[in-house]
Amino acid sequence: MDKPLLQVHDLRAHFIGFRGQRAVKAVDGVSFSLSAGDTLGLVGESGSGKTTTCHAMFRLLPPGGDIIGGTVEFDGEDLMQKSPAEMRRIRGRDMAMILQDPMASLNPLFSILDQVGEPAYYHLGLRQQTLRERVVSLLNMVRIPSPETRMHEFPHQMSGGMRQRIVGATALSGGPKLIVADEPTTNLDVTIQLQYLNLLKDLQRQTGVALIFVTHDLGIVAKMCDRVAVMYAGTIVEQGTVREIYNRPRHPYTEGLLRSIPRIGNKEALYAIPGQPPNLANLPDGCAFAPRCAFAVRRCQMEAPMASTFADGHLSKCWLSEPEGVRD
Amino acid sequence: MTETLLEVRDLKKYFPVGAGLMWGRVKGWVQAVDGVSFAIGRGETLGLVGESGCGKTTTSKLVLHQETVTSGTIAFHGRDITHLHKQDLMDYRKAVQVVFQDPYSSLSPRMRVGDILAEPLEIHTKLSRAGIRSRVGEVLELVGLPSDALRLFPHEFSGGQRQRIAIARALVTEAELIVLDEPVSALDVSIRAHIITLLEDLQQRLGVSYLFIGHDLAAVAHISHRIAVMYLGKIVEIADSLDLCANPRHPYTQALFAASLPAHPDEDKEEIILTGEVPSALDPPSGCHFHPRCPIAIPVCAESEPVLVEMAPNHWVACDLA
Repeated sequence: MDKPLLQVHDLRAHFIGFRGQRAVKAVDGVSFSLSAGDTLGLVGESGSGKTTTCHAMFRLLPPGGDIIGGTVEFDGEDLMQKSPAEMRRIRGRDMAMILQDPMASLNPLFSILDQVGEPAYYHLGLRQQTLRERVVSLLNMVRIPSPETRMHEFPHQMSGGMRQRIVGATALSGGPKLIVADEPTTNLDVTIQLQYLNLLKDLQRQTGVALIFVTHDLGIVAKMCDRVAVMYAGTIVEQGTVREIYNRPRHPYTEGLLRSIPRIGNKEALYAIPGQPPNLANLPDGCAFAPRCAFAVRRCQMEAPMASTFADGHLSKCWLSEPEGVRD
Repeated sequence: MTETLLEVRDLKKYFPVGAGLMWGRVKGWVQAVDGVSFAIGRGETLGLVGESGCGKTTTSKLVLHQETVTSGTIAFHGRDITHLHKQDLMDYRKAVQVVFQDPYSSLSPRMRVGDILAEPLEIHTKLSRAGIRSRVGEVLELVGLPSDALRLFPHEFSGGQRQRIAIARALVTEAELIVLDEPVSALDVSIRAHIITLLEDLQQRLGVSYLFIGHDLAAVAHISHRIAVMYLGKIVEIADSLDLCANPRHPYTQALFAASLPAHPDEDKEEIILTGEVPSALDPPSGCHFHPRCPIAIPVCAESEPVLVEMAPNHWVACDLA
């Protein structure tokens, strides 16, 4: 197997509050890898640490957040060793991000040309006519009608779906190898969402860019991704190929999530995972999911489980998914 | 169907555009709701689906008497409520309550949960303080919250628990109809299942009716007995939930179902990709409003406007080609 494009190993990012008295372990030992041109789904509930994982990879944690340890190897280089200036050259050129709210990620005072062109201006050194041609071809790629005239317009003149596509064009502008899309379709209507997801798939086919989809929607993962990593309380509790995980979930949390989504034309009672997501500042000693788990045994409360490995790189962090099956 | 609780007939709501502040000239009308008819029986759930801007929220506001109708009637227990005043309107509001999408903005951060739940009772009933306290305790238990929640503020609860508080507030006056405006869209997947299950359970126990508005077809189909699909201010298809899921007839409904995400990677779906976006309701397309985006449109669709026709028992479709 080729060396993967991105290799995150044991990444830890904590938020320190109350004068160092309390640490919120938002990301606590996350490891995954992604090959060039692949799509990974990062799934979890709000507060499970999926967005913080991405921000830590980009070294863009908000104030109060610190990367405590771990390595992020991207394209053969460890991003944690880079200076801020080197990071600025990597962001936008080699890796880019698409955020949830397109209105908040576009500047209302700059034209579409300025915003889509900016990464190409700085990272690729394009100017004037060549820059405009690049922007027109990017807008064509994301299917904005008549790009020559529309690129001089401003974000408020676009519809919600178009704005999100423009954010996509901006992400592609520097020619990145990796795009992280953080809940890119949450604010879109279903028909527009389908258009956008198909567009991203086409773009991936054309440019060979690798994608990380951060989402809580298991349907998006089923449609878009090759591999999926399920996060719970700051760690990845299960990861593997999408087909394997949907057919044979090994971790009780993944299984519960899959059973809790309603299916069209099926009126059977939904399964609801009991309890609430844990408080990240005060995690239990053993497995963080044990208080909500229907299968928890005594060992689950005492010791945090290690990852057990199965075929196809399928990992599950649960005592009960060990091949021999541990009981009390 | 059981006894009809709410019957909406030929409901229209037009908003003026360009009217200036007071004396400006009206340039046009946004036909937000344009001739909508449906009925909800006692203990029944009607799902209302459609994309943003299709008029589903305006419809709910009309039902809640938050907007005045342009024309049409809304009958509750057989009595038209569109021009109610004073005490009659208070009685209607007591019987028809609402739960909004975002439980973070629909609960006052300055009020304790006990006060939030007691307020509707203070306004609508003549209960004594002890009576209010016992009723509040009752609904709190009904929605599955601990009794010490009364003394806490909304910020001390998670999103799912807040939505339970909002549901408790809607139930406290013994409402007969609750308008649920995307009550699970802002919640996490695992919490969604809790709230949907709670709503279904409450309906079983109390016989309350719901008008459930949503854009997540799978969730709407799960909770609803009947579903109405709206497009640009009109209902294009209305049928029993399972019937609609098994064979959607209107091309727009088919596209909506095709656009909903698969529950499993092996699920094979015929993809109908709609081009473009929902046109402006200010100047809707001629004939059938859907024809510019419709994959099977023929020239006549641009001229004549289809009406709802009963194509199968209880399955109404507004398309000449379906």
